[in-house]
Amino acid sequence: MTAPKPEAEIVLRLDRISKRFGALLANDAVSLDLKKGEVIALLGENGAGKTTLMNILFGHYVADAGEVQVFGQSLPPGNPRAALAAGVGMVHQHFTLAGNLTVLDNIALGTESLWSRGLGRAAARAKVAKLSVDFGLAVHPDAKVGKLSVGERQRVEILKALYRDARILILDEPTAVLTPQEADALFATLRKATALGLSVIFISHKLHEVMAIADRCIVLRHGRVVGTVDTHTTDKGQLATLMVGGELSLPRAEPRAPGAVRMRFDQVFTPDRGATPGLKAVTLALHAGQITGLAGVSGNGQAALAELVAGLALPSSGRLSLNDVPIDTWSPRLALAKGVARIPEDRHHQGTIADFDLTENAVLEAYRSRRFSRRGWMNWRAAKSFAEEIIAGYDVRCPGPGVRIRLLSGGNMQKLILGRAMSGGSSSDGPEIILANQPVRGLDVGAIAYVQSQLLAARDRGAAVLLISEDLDEIMGLSDVIHVISQGRLSPGFGRGTMTAAELGLWMAGQNFAHDQSEAPNAA
Amino acid sequence: MRLEPIANPSTARRLGLPALALVATLAVAMLLALIAGANPLDTLGQIATGALGSKLAVLETLNRATPLIFTGLAVAVAFRAKLWNIGAEAQLYAGAIVAVVLGTGAIPSPLVLPLSALAAMIAGAVLLLGPVILKTRLGVDEVVTTLLLNFIMLLFVSYLLEGPMKDPMGMGWPKSPALIPEARLPRIIDGLRLHWGFALSLISAVVIWVIQTRTTLGFEIRAVGQNPEAARFAGMPVNAVLIKTALLSGGLAALAGWSEVAGLKGHLSSDLSPGFGYTGIIVAMLALLNPLGVILSAIFVAGIFVGSDAMSRTAGVPTYIADMLMATALLFMVLAILLTRVRVVRG
Amino acid sequence: MTEIIDILISASFWAAVIRIASPLIFATMGELICERAGVLNLGIEGIMVIGAFAGWMGVYQGLPLWGGVATAMCAGMLFGLLQSILTVPFGLSQHVVGLGVTLLATSSASFTYRLMLPEVTSPPKIEPFQPLDIPVLSDLPWLGEAIFQQTALTWAAFAVAGLTAWVLFRTPLGLAVRAVGENPAAVEAQGLSVTGLRMGAVIVGSGLMAVGGAFLTLSAFSSFFFEMVNGRGWICVALVVFGAWKPGKAVLGALLFAGFDALQIRLQQTPIGTHLPYQLFLAAPYLLSILALILMSRRAEVPAALMTPYNKGER
Repeated sequence: MTAPKPEAEIVLRLDRISKRFGALLANDAVSLDLKKGEVIALLGENGAGKTTLMNILFGHYVADAGEVQVFGQSLPPGNPRAALAAGVGMVHQHFTLAGNLTVLDNIALGTESLWSRGLGRAAARAKVAKLSVDFGLAVHPDAKVGKLSVGERQRVEILKALYRDARILILDEPTAVLTPQEADALFATLRKATALGLSVIFISHKLHEVMAIADRCIVLRHGRVVGTVDTHTTDKGQLATLMVGGELSLPRAEPRAPGAVRMRFDQVFTPDRGATPGLKAVTLALHAGQITGLAGVSGNGQAALAELVAGLALPSSGRLSLNDVPIDTWSPRLALAKGVARIPEDRHHQGTIADFDLTENAVLEAYRSRRFSRRGWMNWRAAKSFAEEIIAGYDVRCPGPGVRIRLLSGGNMQKLILGRAMSGGSSSDGPEIILANQPVRGLDVGAIAYVQSQLLAARDRGAAVLLISEDLDEIMGLSDVIHVISQGRLSPGFGRGTMTAAELGLWMAGQNFAHDQSEAPNAA
Repeated sequence: MRLEPIANPSTARRLGLPALALVATLAVAMLLALIAGANPLDTLGQIATGALGSKLAVLETLNRATPLIFTGLAVAVAFRAKLWNIGAEAQLYAGAIVAVVLGTGAIPSPLVLPLSALAAMIAGAVLLLGPVILKTRLGVDEVVTTLLLNFIMLLFVSYLLEGPMKDPMGMGWPKSPALIPEARLPRIIDGLRLHWGFALSLISAVVIWVIQTRTTLGFEIRAVGQNPEAARFAGMPVNAVLIKTALLSGGLAALAGWSEVAGLKGHLSSDLSPGFGYTGIIVAMLALLNPLGVILSAIFVAGIFVGSDAMSRTAGVPTYIADMLMATALLFMVLAILLTRVRVVRG
Repeated sequence: MTEIIDILISASFWAAVIRIASPLIFATMGELICERAGVLNLGIEGIMVIGAFAGWMGVYQGLPLWGGVATAMCAGMLFGLLQSILTVPFGLSQHVVGLGVTLLATSSASFTYRLMLPEVTSPPKIEPFQPLDIPVLSDLPWLGEAIFQQTALTWAAFAVAGLTAWVLFRTPLGLAVRAVGENPAAVEAQGLSVTGLRMGAVIVGSGLMAVGGAFLTLSAFSSFFFEMVNGRGWICVALVVFGAWKPGKAVLGALLFAGFDALQIRLQQTPIGTHLPYQLFLAAPYLLSILALILMSRRAEVPAALMTPYNKGER
């Protein structure tokens, strides 16, 4: 895309913004300028302070120091309404839509005086229709938002901003939930927007996207701006080094011959849940000594598949077997007893209990075992020593086993969950099957490398690993076999390096499925 | 404003704020006395003397505390699992009915006391089972169902007292026949008007404390209360834990009614409980849901009620001041507990 | 059976149904507004008590009847303010706060009653609202007595229900209230105040609950008794669920409910009634409420953010 002229008008200026949460300095005197018609990327790993900065700009948070200027006027702090009125539109990472309202109602919400009588919708409808065409954002205005797909919801979010005549669009990790093709469509929309004179701030931690869409890139690390670079004069390596403050070294997997089938899904179906599809005739084999990656846009049946492995559900039809023994009764306890280690998708809500200490969280799964209790009486001394083992063995940085787990960082929390999962199982070699559901989401680079290397080590010990992730790069980097899930249907397995991201993206979008159903599934 | 979690609240904060809540309640008490045209300090003094000023007053307070310890424990156990049992009042009456049914001659032997206590607990437990099953199976909010059951139970008691359980010697008063002597709880010390129900309530508190801190069930109850989703993922039988909690809670509440009938009144009447079930919620919250704390808070609450009764006879401040103070203490206390964990910050 | 049919065809029965439903409609609309905004208001029972007391005491002290209604409403809004401060910005347990507010409101009514009437053994009566005479309609045979001889406060109840439905579904304000009960983040992102909307809904809703209570003293019984609300508030919570959070259905629920209540009162006088204990009839409304909750448990679309406090810091 064409870079704006250097003398282009500055539409937004952040001036030495600082914000502290308790002991954490989330933003440390961050400054940046945004010019008319420009796309800048705000790059940084998780926890670098990107989202906090944008929440200050939008008025969700009040900065401790610093100033926000839009079109030369300084914005009053802590007032989203003022930000909206000044022409700032924000597309949040977690969509801010009311599912019980229609698309049109969500867009018009808050644009009319609350005290006006009646809902004048004719003008709104016409304006939304025009914006849809101008920016390539097709969505039905009378559809209930609760029934829309993730991609459609994002279009509604962007329409919301455009409807208010936003001149500055902020998009927070907008591609995290999209297929590569949907992401391309989003980029096309953004190019249309900049051509019309809008300016865009694009928050991401994905380097190739930043290179593709942004004119300039501002890199944040530990709440500080560590570099501003022109994307036309840099490369991914330089950006990565800036972002993590050193060479990026993620573990690489060596190819390895698969072992026996540990867990098998045979024509498995599960019921639909509201807008989320259940599994449809899923056939899958998890081999020992192999990482099986499950790619797909979230909400396409990953949760149902994970529940089956974790012991939380049984198929409504079809068969599940473990080491070729059919599973008839199934529960988390049975799964644990059979050597299934589980890393849940959401470590805050599923994996840990926030106000329990590390000891209590460490024995959450195994408290009934003879090591930790006898006839209903807890042996807290044994539990504490187990927690200490995990803390030492998995490098959990914490003041001690008696501290409440809510005080730990995401990475340390995940390490405790990992240690707990790896210590379970009947055999001394650790678990036979590992469910790793979004194991590195939201972690910083160091923790990501640690968790991934542990998964690879488990694979090399002979565990069958099921890796579920929305991050295609992660799937492609770690998996020996990749399956794509879309609308509850599972693609055949693709060996390491046999598919490009774009090809997988087509599967993620639900193409290829109809005529591929007849082929032998699971070509691993 | 925004609430920001405090990483490591200081001891001063964790103890000082609840103490402040109690002080604030006393301030409200003085304000109410002032509104009623009485001297605030005298009013507080009279409440204190009324509750603790004499041996008789202390015994009266402990007697009043006995059912409150039971209902307070019932609520504390249930709330720990986020099971909102507001039906302790109904469960209390279930226990009282059983005490009368089994205590008026059905079982004449010395076994009557343990048997009727056990049966009372079962009755109370079963009464809470319905709402809990509706909650776990159908997602029906247990607050409303347990509340409604309180009204139904009171009508059932009224029916029993005017019909099948009416005392023929009652001279028209709706009350049950008296319990046989073997079915009465003896006094702890001869000559002192304090029955074994009080001792039993203390023992129950200790037992519940041991269950919560030392057993797998206690661990499960706490886990389910804090985060049912994580508990389920970890393999805890969430619904079974809720049902076990309900059985425990309903049984404890029933003991309140049982001990009132068997220990204090000797018969059942429809004014057996002046809202002990509801007051149990306040007792439990003031104790921060700690079973041992329930003992202290029940005695405190009972003292306020007994003291207010005495005070209103002399100072002319309506005795309902006690109910107002309890409600105020509850609201101040939940706020204080929150503020031990978070601080209010700008933006 | 014939007794039941006799009751159902009598005009006085239908007049009673509408009369009994009126306080329930006020309070149910109040609760519905709170819950649509995401706050379960269990203060309802006590707020009805304080409304019944304040309205009656106001009129007893010389206010006109509508002045009593306004007094009740203000008292209800005051307790609604307390409820909303504790549950909205502070995000405390809506269950515990609601019960606390009920206790506080109820005991405040008792305390004030004793303070103002220390020596009274039976509460004094006031001159309540009288049935309105509507030209032509009130004089219709049967229909006139069955429907058109109600007090102004009854008509107000139905008007409030209509107004609630209109505001919720036909105005920007109602749109915002429905959105804040579904996803507060959506409301905040559009520049509206989550705290303001929720607190406003709870305060207004509590005002309506108090008017429901005042109906009992100012239009139904003309005096105040301590136990007069007697669980009606809890029944209204059940009615909101039964009405699937929709005003029209909730009004139908209230009418159905009142129908059973009017029927049981009349059945007690019949031969059926003399064979059965009267307590069974009195328990019917509570049993019916539980039944309604069970029937609707799986069907209704609960506001997604009901009972979920919103704190900007936790994202």
